[in-house]
Amino acid sequence: MKNMKKIFAAAILFTAILSTSSCKKDKDDLTGTGPVTIEFDNRFGDGPLNFGTAYTNQNGEEVTLNLFNYYVSNFVLLKEDGTEYIVPKDECYHLVRHDVTATHSLTINNVPAGEYTKVKFIIGVDSLKSTSDASQRTGDLDVATNGDMYWMWNSGYIFMKMEGTSPSSTEIGNIFNYHIGLYGGYATPTINNLKSVTLSVTDDKIIVGKERAPEVHVYTDAKEVFGSPNPLFVSASAVIMGSPASVNVAANYADMFKLDHVHND
Amino acid sequence: MNRSVLIGVLVFGLVVYGSSCNKEDDGNDVEFRVPSNFPSPTYNFTSNPVTKAGFELGRKLFYDPLLSRDNTISCGSCHIQTSAFTHHGHGLSHGIDDLLGKRNSPPVMNMAWSETFFWDGGVHNLDLVTPNPIENPVEMDLNFSVALDKVRNNLDYKKMFKAAFGSEEVTSAKFLQAMSQFMNMLVSANSRYDKYVRGEGETLTSDEVEGLNLFKQKCSSCHSTDLFTDNEFHNNGLSLAFADSGRYNITLNPSDMGKFKTPSLRNIEKTKPYMHNGSIGSLESVLNHYASGVKQSATLDPLLQQNGQLGIPMTEDEKAKIILFLKTLTDTDFLTDRRFAEF
Ligand code: HEC
Ligand code: HEC
Repeated sequence: MKNMKKIFAAAILFTAILSTSSCKKDKDDLTGTGPVTIEFDNRFGDGPLNFGTAYTNQNGEEVTLNLFNYYVSNFVLLKEDGTEYIVPKDECYHLVRHDVTATHSLTINNVPAGEYTKVKFIIGVDSLKSTSDASQRTGDLDVATNGDMYWMWNSGYIFMKMEGTSPSSTEIGNIFNYHIGLYGGYATPTINNLKSVTLSVTDDKIIVGKERAPEVHVYTDAKEVFGSPNPLFVSASAVIMGSPASVNVAANYADMFKLDHVHND
Repeated sequence: MNRSVLIGVLVFGLVVYGSSCNKEDDGNDVEFRVPSNFPSPTYNFTSNPVTKAGFELGRKLFYDPLLSRDNTISCGSCHIQTSAFTHHGHGLSHGIDDLLGKRNSPPVMNMAWSETFFWDGGVHNLDLVTPNPIENPVEMDLNFSVALDKVRNNLDYKKMFKAAFGSEEVTSAKFLQAMSQFMNMLVSANSRYDKYVRGEGETLTSDEVEGLNLFKQKCSSCHSTDLFTDNEFHNNGLSLAFADSGRYNITLNPSDMGKFKTPSLRNIEKTKPYMHNGSIGSLESVLNHYASGVKQSATLDPLLQQNGQLGIPMTEDEKAKIILFLKTLTDTDFLTDRRFAEF
């Protein structure tokens, strides 16, 4: 919470600076509605993420990834003055699969024109959707085609899945598997690993209008899964799934996203 | 299908057809009804109402071994109608390649009233049950999307999807909904007990009535309502060390260790063996368990350890009468209803 406050304060300060300094764009075309595309660039530390490449994580362990998927949903776009556009939920349950390039971006249509400075979303699938019947599970939520991002024994989606190998792993084949889900339970409360993310623009705004097609570039740093606040050692925990330890991993990846830049055209 | 069986069925069909104009016999009556002694169902029928074509599609899918990796196992292999849709005689379910599962297959009946599914309640919507046995490596062992492709490539199914949902397109949602329509129709509410409580002219013997009263005193806090389950999770003292953590697997709450969903007791005479692990072979042994076999553990239900005594005190006579009562829950109409049968 403290952190949130800081971030919030920083964001406000930041937007204040922005609004005074930023160039005056021609606002004529800012009417009606338009699309916003969000592109997720998966990274490992400072460079792009490549499967099969050995990286060293913050704990000095060598890791090679061969699977990296995550759900993002419940998008909200915010303007400087705090007004928000809540994207209709069903338009935006999105699964990013690193091995399928087409999944790296999503487009939100019919966004009311204006200048937006923040993007909010959650990592995972909210509890309402997670407890819905079959008619609600279409598109990226279709359990037949979502690349096993679903636990059939508790009908819950897996929010983040990372698999790979590491010489530090003591599992057969030196594998590591992190499958993180759990939305808080249906009738009985369980672990809730849903994480909310707010990203702010740095030197540009997201300018939406009927003649516009802004692209928001978000960096997703897979390395964060191993990082803070709970250093994750492959040597100690090569497999984490629906267990209490999942909470630590979710806390790590909660801040793996960064809004790098916006292309307005 | 065996030829003589086929001929038998044909002859039987002709006889039935020729001899009665009774609607009930033609197997065409498909409507979900709530028995007057039941609470309201939990299933959301507005997003998936039962239709005749949907039910028939669901039935075909339920009995189709196409949904397993090597085309040998169908849902009906482990959920057999004459055993109230359990796997008669199998303590642990028995699936593909003769592999054993880790749990006893529960009856598929009165699913429309269930709040959760599976012994640990991990699944909370009937629609979402189906992918699990299809993909389970010791059950049908087939990727769900591959199962859907197999269905898509089958001409009969194309027609049936069209009839049920207005389009030949096979989507996972429609597939799951059809399966739910079939399972929702599996309503068991016509036992002697039901007819007795609904005042439909059935009588119970005085021993059976005594058994019912004893049951109400000793068992119905968990096996409650006319569904005979409270839809809750309890540890009924089967073991000290839990080979299967049960509800704990879902909630990860230590107080749920070794707890399992209270099973319905309808058709209990037909669903041997008993308990999540099939560890008890007869109703006599179940009653002996409650009377003198309950094991103490941290999560044992308080009802099974009252006044410093383990278990539920019962005399031999009382146990025998409770069993007599339990047998009045056998619903022959349900067990032989031709609408639910494979052929
Ligand atoms: C190999 C045997 C096997 C096969 C095949 C099988 N099941 Fe089951 N079924 C089980 C077992 C065992 C359970 C209990 C599992 C548990 O609690 O973890 C079960 C549980 C269920 C339940 C939940 C019942 C309740 O009261 O909680 C339903 C519904 C069900 N199965 C439907 C199906 C359908 C539909 C299919 C076909 C797609 C199918 N089963 C195939 C063995 C089987
Ligand atoms: C504290 C709650 C509770 C009470 C009281 C209770 N039961 Fe149960 N019963 C359960 C639970 C839970 C199970 C399933 C346990 C398991 O499989 O681990 C069960 C299982 C059974 C089964 C096996 C059903 C099947 O399909 O496998 C029978 C039969 C049964 N109980 C009968 C009785 C009778 C008769 C009484 C009264 C003498 C009774 N129960 C009292 C909770 C209870």
